[in-house]
Amino acid sequence: MKLPKFTYHRPDTLDEAVAVLAEHDDAKVLAGGQSLLPVMAMRLGRPEHLVDIGRVPELAHLRLDDDGTLVIGAAVTHAAAERAALTRAAPLVRQALPLIGHAAIRSRGTVCGSLAHADPAAELPAVAIATGATIVARSVRGTREVAAADLFVGYLTTVLEPDELLVEVRVPPSSPTAGTAVLELSRRHGDFALIGVAAMVDRDPDGVVTSCALAFFGADAVPRRVHEAEAALIGGPASLERFTSAAELVVQVLEPSDDIHASRAYRRHAAGVLTRRALAEATGALTPVGAAR
Amino acid sequence: MSPIHSDSSVAVALTVNGAEVATDVQVRRTFADFLREDLDLTGTHLGCEHGVCGACTVEVDGELVRSCLTLAVQMDGCRVTTIEGLAEADGRLSPLQQAFRDTHGFQCAFCAPGFLLTAKVLLAHNPSPTRDEIREALSGNLCRCTGYESIIAGVEAAARAGAVGRSSDDRTTEDPATGGHR
Repeated sequence: MKLPKFTYHRPDTLDEAVAVLAEHDDAKVLAGGQSLLPVMAMRLGRPEHLVDIGRVPELAHLRLDDDGTLVIGAAVTHAAAERAALTRAAPLVRQALPLIGHAAIRSRGTVCGSLAHADPAAELPAVAIATGATIVARSVRGTREVAAADLFVGYLTTVLEPDELLVEVRVPPSSPTAGTAVLELSRRHGDFALIGVAAMVDRDPDGVVTSCALAFFGADAVPRRVHEAEAALIGGPASLERFTSAAELVVQVLEPSDDIHASRAYRRHAAGVLTRRALAEATGALTPVGAAR
Repeated sequence: MSPIHSDSSVAVALTVNGAEVATDVQVRRTFADFLREDLDLTGTHLGCEHGVCGACTVEVDGELVRSCLTLAVQMDGCRVTTIEGLAEADGRLSPLQQAFRDTHGFQCAFCAPGFLLTAKVLLAHNPSPTRDEIREALSGNLCRCTGYESIIAGVEAAARAGAVGRSSDDRTTEDPATGGHR
């Protein structure tokens, strides 16, 4: 499968990159290309212009701001984020990264590219909504911030306009007492998840759950939080009985699709199982260090 | 850089198996096709051409890359090792290749270039991997002959023999600022 024809642009600056996007109606941003190039190879998409942002220096940043916000620029690969010690500040990101594809995909694929591509079975969009992350979009018209919760509107679709470039994602600091887990079910390691969950649970010193996030991937056309189950956990102890009740709510609320890999009923059942396991893992190991895999 | 149409070419300069390469390449050319068609390095195999089978995996700046999922123009300035860069100049197999051969890790061997490069990079970062770590590292490569056991045994044998992966130009990408490789 060879690539269809396109015109290649390799801007040297961010201003140049957004100018090219503004100039052409049918332009796609090429970062790692690990999703875009297969889409083109299979003729699922035939953009007339590719804008390669791999050489734009303003997009290569990976930093921890003074307030603890982890900022990941558009050119930062999964592998670079995985290696960088400072991503430990965002345990859900840290735990999700090794689950993405294979090493040979993570070496080129980018964190922001995963968000812009918005595959509902991908890990990072769910992590973004679980952590309350914000993305920054830039165009010749200006810069705007979009909450991850508002970013994903449908299968492979975000609110970003065609002339906008997702320049960075900002992941707010995690509570030092919060526990986290990312669990997924896939046919083989590195395959897309049939269903998966990013879970965060924070408790006060008495063990009462004070905040909770349960974000699912592979469960809908967009990454999906189940607020009903989160609300059911908040205000009470983090007990296995209550985890089971939350998991039952998840099974009732989620409406995953059928496909050749798994039936809807199987996905719902697995979502419940993963919910219980993720909550147990998150609360069993309250030290949010990236060592957990 | 001004826009370049698919049928036009752009100059690239890169290092392949220790040799400097400077040439023009069509922007639509994948890196795999560039290696095979333009450089005549046909040891890099193309199975699925959409990033699933792992046969086309090569080493770029110390990391594994699917050559079918990259454009040749994106490799401008990179250092690349392909299967042709593993054996010694006199044709002797590298310790890793020899270990695969000893454990019968090659059957039809269509997948072997990808497996060998993947094992090389694994051993460069983790000279004594556990069986689980080997299985996870190889999970992105498909083999339809061996059932994988002999390939895993090959990596284990190479690790025992101390066949730590070595870039053809001894370059590593460890970066203290980003914590180095896992």
